Amino acid sequence: MENKKYLQDLEEIKDIMNRSSRFISLSGLSGISAGLCAMAGAYAAYHFVYTGQAYLGYRSANLNNETIWILFLIALLTLVGAVSSGIYFTSRKARKTKQKLWDIQTKRLLANLMIPLITGGLLCLILLWKGFIGFVAPFTLIFYGLALVNASKFTLKEIKSLGLLEVLLGLIATVYIGYGLLFWVVGFGIMHIIYGIIMKIKYKE
Amino acid sequence: MKNILKDINKAFENKIRLGIMSALVVNDYMDFTSLKNLLDVTDGNLASHLKYLEKKDYVQFRKEFLDRKPNTKYAATDEGKIAFTKHIKAIEKLLQ
Repeated sequence: MENKKYLQDLEEIKDIMNRSSRFISLSGLSGISAGLCAMAGAYAAYHFVYTGQAYLGYRSANLNNETIWILFLIALLTLVGAVSSGIYFTSRKARKTKQKLWDIQTKRLLANLMIPLITGGLLCLILLWKGFIGFVAPFTLIFYGLALVNASKFTLKEIKSLGLLEVLLGLIATVYIGYGLLFWVVGFGIMHIIYGIIMKIKYKE
Repeated sequence: MKNILKDINKAFENKIRLGIMSALVVNDYMDFTSLKNLLDVTDGNLASHLKYLEKKDYVQFRKEFLDRKPNTKYAATDEGKIAFTKHIKAIEKLLQ
């Protein structure tokens, strides 16, 4: 009898610690939708920039003033699509679990996510400007992975594994420059979708 | 056995006080409203349990003004953190 009460107490302590310090509304569906947006974006980029080259092989990017604007537009649309669908599915889950979407946990999560992410983003813009186009895809993967690892302290612990995998993939992609888009599709597309499916099964959304 | 029971703390036997302490040991501070929403309790209920913990010197608070509205931030004292950790360890030992 006593034991049962203490066991309940422990469960409750764990639950409250988690709910009060971590952002737990991150939805599996938002991972899947972000992955699909990334793949659509990669396909569009491939279509406009790499036309007439081997689909999965080494590619040299033909960048001129026109294609670079198209690429920026595709990147922007992909980002807006991924982020807005992510916010939509996450707010839906937050409503279901009666969590607030915009509270101190969310702010802490975003601050920790943004520091490596913005650093990486600026670095990639500098690389583009200096003409090191091949480094852009691997470096986006690496910095995105580091951002996830950094933010994982404040959300579901599975984010850390996803982040480490992205970093590893980014490092491999740095060795195989020229296959950037392929690694990019794997890292931002396929891995997000797999992650989303695992989370959906695990947390029974 | 007696040693273990010594660390079981009466102050944390209550569910709401247990909840308050759980939230305050993992967060630097929390304001009244977030604590209320987290634990799903009424104002009066939360206030009386916070007062109890204050008297024990387990919880401290700081009053501030946010947009001219009073905002009270609660934090666990070092003493409170130690007592709570001891309490959890004692429970874990009892369950072994």
